[in-house]
Amino acid sequence: MNNKILINILRLIILVVIQVMVLNRINLGGYLNPYLYIMFILLLPFETPKWLLLLASFGIGITVDAFSGSYAIHAFAATFMGFMRPVVLRMITSKKEYEPGLRPGIQDLGFNWFLNYSVLLVLFHHLALYFIENFSFADFFLTIWRIILNTILTVAVIFLTQYLFFTSKQQTT
Amino acid sequence: MRYLLLFLKRNYFYILFVVMETVAVYLTVMNHHFHYSIMLNATGQITGSIENSMNNITEYLRLKDANVRLAEENARLRAALSESKLIKDTLHFTTVDTTNKQQYEYIPAKVISNSVTRRSNYIMLNKGIVDGIRPDMAVISPDGIVGIVSKVSRNFSWVNSVLHKQTKISAKIKKNGFVGTIVWDGKDHQVGNLKDIPANVQLKKGDTVITSGYSFLFPTGIMVGKIKNFKVDEGYHFYDIDLEFSQEFSKLAYVYVVVNLMKEEQEQLQEIKPNEQ
Repeated sequence: MNNKILINILRLIILVVIQVMVLNRINLGGYLNPYLYIMFILLLPFETPKWLLLLASFGIGITVDAFSGSYAIHAFAATFMGFMRPVVLRMITSKKEYEPGLRPGIQDLGFNWFLNYSVLLVLFHHLALYFIENFSFADFFLTIWRIILNTILTVAVIFLTQYLFFTSKQQTT
Repeated sequence: MRYLLLFLKRNYFYILFVVMETVAVYLTVMNHHFHYSIMLNATGQITGSIENSMNNITEYLRLKDANVRLAEENARLRAALSESKLIKDTLHFTTVDTTNKQQYEYIPAKVISNSVTRRSNYIMLNKGIVDGIRPDMAVISPDGIVGIVSKVSRNFSWVNSVLHKQTKISAKIKKNGFVGTIVWDGKDHQVGNLKDIPANVQLKKGDTVITSGYSFLFPTGIMVGKIKNFKVDEGYHFYDIDLEFSQEFSKLAYVYVVVNLMKEEQEQLQEIKPNEQ
């Protein structure tokens, strides 16, 4: 259990560093930017208490905000995503039960499950992020279009990271 | 009381969620209104120094480009010097210049973080209060306008880029002097909008737009961009003008912060309306 907490804290630090130092500097096509840091919220263990889930989401959001000077928009979006996680988990079912010890990822629950799970949650995150950033519903369709494109990008980067780092580690241990 | 506790216990998740979202919205909105942020000032020192060291690495990649731009600007400035001009009019000599007082000073600064992808973009500079930078100073580069300083800490400052929801800059069309306002609609980071130009003005694609100097922040005649497209929507009396910024915002490296030495005087004068006694 302690081991798990340590791994998650380590993951938080690494993801924030990658987000701030590398990914925030990438501008694909002028306005796309992968937000890999929210993978932290995706990969929190199932048995995480709900209050801790919210606090951890808020924590990673506000940290990213502090480094990118974006007020508290990431904190807002990440907290919303943390709030939606139990809802999404109830919405999508898997063949396996969500038993303790099982980790939310491709290696434990499969490609399809993780795709549904990440697309929905990333979409919720981006919806909250882009609308609080605009702070109005002006240019509604442009914002929606950006949300969709950016969701695809973020999910792609998350899957890439999953395949690069998490699946191989699973096979060796 | 017991029921209250029971209620809290049952719904703590929702209450915690609402509380945290309120905090986030409060932080965001407060900053929009009061231009002051405890969070940024507290973290600006740490994050600023991290950004600074990161930038030392990536700076090399942009060095060549920055060099070319600075050399070009040097050439332009050299051409503007009095030595490079043929003086025909010998009746006007300026010995001790008491009439032309210095109005603007420029503080060079390095961009250490920048974005173009958001609806409101910010630029961090490696100069702060100790270097004489204050909020509401204009920021320009050799290529054109860049933004307006919003927050300053001891050694760093945040600039609201031209690509910001709230940035409005007074500008005019160079050839005929009609004045409008530059805003950014959040779409393409190379394309801005020029508002408030009356529809009866003659325009051409490629007309140059420069700052008007009406806002006391930017000096007159700083390059903004060139007109890319224009149209008049039916029933409107003003043009809808797209302009291509002369500054490539994704390639910012070195900028100048403009110090208006007479801003205070100008603002004081503005408060006294001419028609009042």
